[in-house]
Amino acid sequence: MAETTRSSGEGTGTIEALSLVPKAEARQSMKDFKSDQEVRWCPGCGDYAILAAVQGFMPELGLAKENIVFVSGIGCSSRFPYYMNTYGMHSIHGRAPAIATGLATSRRDLSVWVVTGDGDALSIGGNHLIHALRRNVNLKILLFNNRIYGLTKGQYSPTSEVGKITKSTPMGSLDAPFNPVSLALGAEASFVARTIDSDRKHLTEVLRQAAAHPGTALIEIYQNCNIFNDGAFDALKDKQQAEEAVIRLEHGKPIRFGADGARGVVRDRATGDLKVVDVTPDNEADILVHDAHAASPTTAFALSRLADPDTLHHTPIGVLRDVERPVYDTQMADQLDTAVEQKGKGDLAALLAGGDTWTVVG
Amino acid sequence: MTSQVSSPAEQADTDTTVVGEQRKPAGAKSVRRLDRVIIRFAGDSGDGMQLTGDRFTSETASFGNDLSTLPNFPAEIRAPAGTLPGVSSFQLHFADHDILTPGDAPNVLVAMNPAALKANVGDLPRGAEIIVNTDEFTKRAMQKVGYETSPLEDGSLDGYSLHPVPLTTLTVEALKEFDLSRKEAERSKNMFALGLLSWMYHRPTEGTEQFLKQKFAKKPEIAAANIAAFRAGWNFGETTEDFAVSYEVAPAATAFPVGTYRNISGNLALAYGLIAASQQADLPLFLGSYPITPASDILHELSKHKNFGVRTFQAEDEIAGIGAALGAAFGGSLAVTTTSGPGVALKSETIGLAVSLELPLLVVDIQRGGPSTGLPTKTEQADLLQAMYGRNGEAPVPVVAPRTPADCFDAALEAARIALTYRTPVMLLSDGYLANGSEPWRIPELDELPDLRVQFAQGPNHTLDDGTEVFWPYKRDPQTLARPWAIPGTPGLEHRIGGIEKEDGTGNISYAPANHDRMVRLRQAKIDGIDVPEVEVDDPQQARTLVLGWGSTYGPITAAVRRLRTAGIPIAQAHLRHLNPFPGNLGEVLRSYDKVVIPEMNLGQLATLIRAKYLVDAVSYNQVNGMPFKAEQLAAVLKEAIDG
Repeated sequence: MAETTRSSGEGTGTIEALSLVPKAEARQSMKDFKSDQEVRWCPGCGDYAILAAVQGFMPELGLAKENIVFVSGIGCSSRFPYYMNTYGMHSIHGRAPAIATGLATSRRDLSVWVVTGDGDALSIGGNHLIHALRRNVNLKILLFNNRIYGLTKGQYSPTSEVGKITKSTPMGSLDAPFNPVSLALGAEASFVARTIDSDRKHLTEVLRQAAAHPGTALIEIYQNCNIFNDGAFDALKDKQQAEEAVIRLEHGKPIRFGADGARGVVRDRATGDLKVVDVTPDNEADILVHDAHAASPTTAFALSRLADPDTLHHTPIGVLRDVERPVYDTQMADQLDTAVEQKGKGDLAALLAGGDTWTVVG
Repeated sequence: MTSQVSSPAEQADTDTTVVGEQRKPAGAKSVRRLDRVIIRFAGDSGDGMQLTGDRFTSETASFGNDLSTLPNFPAEIRAPAGTLPGVSSFQLHFADHDILTPGDAPNVLVAMNPAALKANVGDLPRGAEIIVNTDEFTKRAMQKVGYETSPLEDGSLDGYSLHPVPLTTLTVEALKEFDLSRKEAERSKNMFALGLLSWMYHRPTEGTEQFLKQKFAKKPEIAAANIAAFRAGWNFGETTEDFAVSYEVAPAATAFPVGTYRNISGNLALAYGLIAASQQADLPLFLGSYPITPASDILHELSKHKNFGVRTFQAEDEIAGIGAALGAAFGGSLAVTTTSGPGVALKSETIGLAVSLELPLLVVDIQRGGPSTGLPTKTEQADLLQAMYGRNGEAPVPVVAPRTPADCFDAALEAARIALTYRTPVMLLSDGYLANGSEPWRIPELDELPDLRVQFAQGPNHTLDDGTEVFWPYKRDPQTLARPWAIPGTPGLEHRIGGIEKEDGTGNISYAPANHDRMVRLRQAKIDGIDVPEVEVDDPQQARTLVLGWGSTYGPITAAVRRLRTAGIPIAQAHLRHLNPFPGNLGEVLRSYDKVVIPEMNLGQLATLIRAKYLVDAVSYNQVNGMPFKAEQLAAVLKEAIDG
């Protein structure tokens, strides 16, 4: 993964998105972000790796930890806030983006993170997710996608592959899955990324870029549920298979993958769609250069569709889209300031006495 | 101010009486003095009847009468023209003394078309005045609502004082100098009618002209046309022979305590109450809301006051509305969500979360007809049990209800006091009648408002056995049982809260059986222990029967009680503001009467609560027709109960 201009270990001095959040007074370590609560995920769960990555990354931001809040919904992943020694709320199923929106819009001095899962974010809470994304509230949403319902013991989820045999679908699931990245792009998301629980370096780099992004960031994290859907992402984790399966996106770099970058992504001149080709001297100049900052989401969407939902071959990971767009809470605060400029600070006595009045004297 | 009228002290809402007659010096017409009048404006939902009623109300308020209003309109924005379901009306009761209701039966009906006449004539007593727009009484329009012959000519209205006025023609004629199409000119006919009525009742007119100038500031031609139509209506009354008499209703000078007054609707008063609560608590106001009738006006109003630091968030749905509010409450805002019954149903799970998190949150329910979509624009009190019990688990929530439109201001402050003091969601139950109805309101001085300031947690509140100072998010205030409100950004108090059962004190997740039992009882004890004022009983004649009410039935019940007492029948009255917990003296009050009657606009929800809690066999009287009770109807019911 390439270093970006915004990534470094030197705190948040350069991150405009966090400029209103107070800085830590002393140097922090991973330990500072571990709460005193015993972690109770199943042994071997991918959530442990994500927790460690987040706790390891937080000191890099250098924010006062009392100004960091984790909000979650319901599901295995949603226990996450209890393990972070920050402020936190473990709320109700699907509603974390809504709750976090109220918190973030009323408290711009906070760094607000949402932890959710594929059922929480895309099924019961789908409405809140898409509206948070279109509003572009200053939230960082970590979507743990394990393609299964874990906490309720193994029903298929809205990201499960068609035909999934589970307790609730003994003859196979019938509904087509969501591709969370495609969905987010369709919902006008200004920042969309995908990463994998077991690739700490990549996960951390994606967190770094998300934290620096002003507005809503959606990070889909492929997470292994070793109890109910073990090996769901093996195609992306097995070194041999991953060469063909994983497309690592880096802004400004040609999109190549496979052994020695033997494969690449080009635009199909006939349809405008993207396709995977073997790279040859003849077509090398045609290999698409990834532009995460492109104003149009069209190419990012096409990239998100390259993956085969069954085999996961040609799965892009990294930041698919990172564009600047007006941030909801900033604009709301601006409106409040403008109202004071135009009308003066609210005067309660004047407000109550406004309109047609009459006086009764003794 | 003049008070030549009969003493208002013992006024019941009895029939209109003529108390004097004099000639107006300038004109050739006689003037009669009335102590009160009930006018109903009725027309198509596109005729501008609500605006006409609002303007007449403003004129009346600025004149200094006591008043009470009842807007009544269909849910459809533009129902099919000329049909009975499309009729929109606005009733206004104004008087020279204090009144309590919009009145039972109109003395004057303004009917803009045959449908408006047909839909409303049944409510008029014989002798009432009817002003009809004859231009709309075409054969086709009359057939549309089932008039085989013209009611203006077939003698069916002989018992009334009928004023046939070609309102449309006169309006178009009055506006012929303006560069308007006929259709555009016709639109001003409501202002012509308003001018005519303003003349009839000696209303001040400057306010309406000012209003029209402002409303159409960007279209001066339209403003001028409306003002011209308004003046033409006034002049028509002054000159035409059909209107021989005009009326005076003196200001209600002696009915009101000293002070400055304005007219205010329930939703406006509630919105102001929320802003006042935020100022008095020194906390920013955050409203998370999804548009729903009849609550949306609160969202609209609060959206105008961003210079008070008010944040209004129009959410994607009801659940997000309360979710965002709860998030803001966690962050230290005075958080509010506004809705009606269907929205409360959707918010139930989040209200339960707020109960479990023990954060302050106001849930404002402007009740309307139910179940399901029900009657969005009509009133009802049928969400009481939903407010009390509509959640999973043991999830007690305090319930506060305003009694009149102006009282919505005080009720909002009281709900905020409870929420902030006890760190709990509070249900504020208004209804469609209070929301849209209006009355004079004495504008309070700021120093009369309660001090609602709160103390956020600042540091550790518990010492462990080993002497370590720690912060326990669920360590309670021994007096109120409220837990500390520690907002993000406070160093050293980092903590996690959630919907899962938590350990008493530490707030850590706990599935221990005894702890859950304890926490359920603690949450209940906190609500049960809320300090609410005792219920006051109005019983000047040592009656044996008590009428008990809550919410918007206050006006009709009080008017009915006055009628009975005027007729020499003793009756006691009590009205509840706090539905949960009930006032501490309520049981004693109930048991000190032989009979308790509870009128409600539902099938007996308060009666159910009263019977369950106090084992008092209350008589339940119910009406669920989407309209408030009428005083006469209630007086008859109460008399029957007393006699029975």
